[in-house]
Amino acid sequence: MRAIRIAAAALALICAAPAMAAGKSIVLASTTSVEASGLLAAILPQFTARTGITVNVVAQGTGKAIDTARRGDADLLLVHDPEAEQQFMDEGHGATRRQIAWNDFIIVGPDADPAKVRGGNDSVAALKAIAAAKSPFVSRGDKSGTNAAELRLWKLAAQSPDALGKETWYRDIGGGMGQALNAASAMAAYTLSDRGTWLSFNNKGPLGIAIEGDSRLLNRYDVIELSPSKHAASKLDDAKVFADWLVSPDGQQAIGAFKVGGQQLFVPSASAPR
Amino acid sequence: MSGVEGAVTEFLQIIQLSLGVSFAATAIATAVALPLGSALAVVDFPGRRAVVVLANAFFGLPPVVVGLILYLALSRSGPLGLLGWLFTPAAMIVAQALLAMPIITALVHRASERAWARYGDELICDGASRRQAILQILAIIRADIITAVLAGFGRTVSEVGAVILVGGNIRGATRTMTTTIALQTSQGDLSLALALGAVLVGISISISATVFALAGRARTAGSDET
Repeated sequence: MRAIRIAAAALALICAAPAMAAGKSIVLASTTSVEASGLLAAILPQFTARTGITVNVVAQGTGKAIDTARRGDADLLLVHDPEAEQQFMDEGHGATRRQIAWNDFIIVGPDADPAKVRGGNDSVAALKAIAAAKSPFVSRGDKSGTNAAELRLWKLAAQSPDALGKETWYRDIGGGMGQALNAASAMAAYTLSDRGTWLSFNNKGPLGIAIEGDSRLLNRYDVIELSPSKHAASKLDDAKVFADWLVSPDGQQAIGAFKVGGQQLFVPSASAPR
Repeated sequence: MSGVEGAVTEFLQIIQLSLGVSFAATAIATAVALPLGSALAVVDFPGRRAVVVLANAFFGLPPVVVGLILYLALSRSGPLGLLGWLFTPAAMIVAQALLAMPIITALVHRASERAWARYGDELICDGASRRQAILQILAIIRADIITAVLAGFGRTVSEVGAVILVGGNIRGATRTMTTTIALQTSQGDLSLALALGAVLVGISISISATVFALAGRARTAGSDET
């Protein structure tokens, strides 16, 4: 009896939470980088104020986010792995795919710089030097967009994922960007990071930027609307309102205005050619 | 989303959701576990031993496994997808209830077994029905029930693996104290994460203290009546 009363009180408490107030809402499956960098937290209130649509962000690695959308558990997708996105489109899950912004990846590493790569802009040469020196390197290992980009770079550096997996200096932590940076900071290791997460990360320890400015380090973010034939249960109309806003002058302006420590983190690029 | 006031509002919301979800889950788990745990001691039925073994084994049920199974079940492409519960507090309540239930059941069963060994014959001689016997036993072990329910609550409020999977850690909707701590840690805000951890521990301690104080008062009042 008492248990029932407590349950009722608890349910009332939850329902009273303002965030659960009625109104339109969509689930956006997105990556840890746009969430952890603070971008979405900065721009979503502007969108919600304008349209009354709440965007519920489930931040996962790109691989997981795409899987969430494929299962029908999201209404919209915002990710950054061109190959995985193309596959998602080829499978017929996506309706439209539009670029909204880009930033870049960087290789960060310890001040001691055991592989002597600091200051360059050739990411592939740097990875070769890291492998040759057997310096500790932290890999996300979570099928995220950053993880995919890292493995593409290693391939260019003539290293296969299988061979890397056998090396003790190559540390696959199976975690998010923040976890990887925490691990690299603790182990004085190199790692590949997106610039946004790096700039807003507060536990840098001995780490600093080792390599930046390589065209192969480009990191573009796409918004993907789901196909109505495969995802009829998703809230596609409200999702479209948000996707359209992201590429609109308003949305692009909001993305460009987002700064951490005075630095712009994302370059709006909706009008850029594909 | 700047300003101290906004941050405080968000923080209170997180605590409210954490406690709300954990209270609801514990209440649901208790509602099932009390009659079940006691019945396991009082009533003999085929498969009873198996249920007892399972309840005890599921003490160590990994939250992330419960979360994953529930995630697959509640997914729109899963068997319970029509409910639309994935990434909502409802899914978190179910996950935590599933985690707390075996703990409360096993602890209630253990206490009931002892009480039944001591008072069982008396109750049968008095001509108590099974139902009455179960209620009598529960009344006898009420002090143990408090411990069992608190253990279940502790499991729910401290858990992160299941709620982050089925809740999605959505800001302002399904973000709890534990998932916030995980997020702050991932952003390298270790001191903020630690501060939140201290708040979580403080809340757990005060809830436990309050329950025991209330129980103490109830016991004194009860002894006056008898």
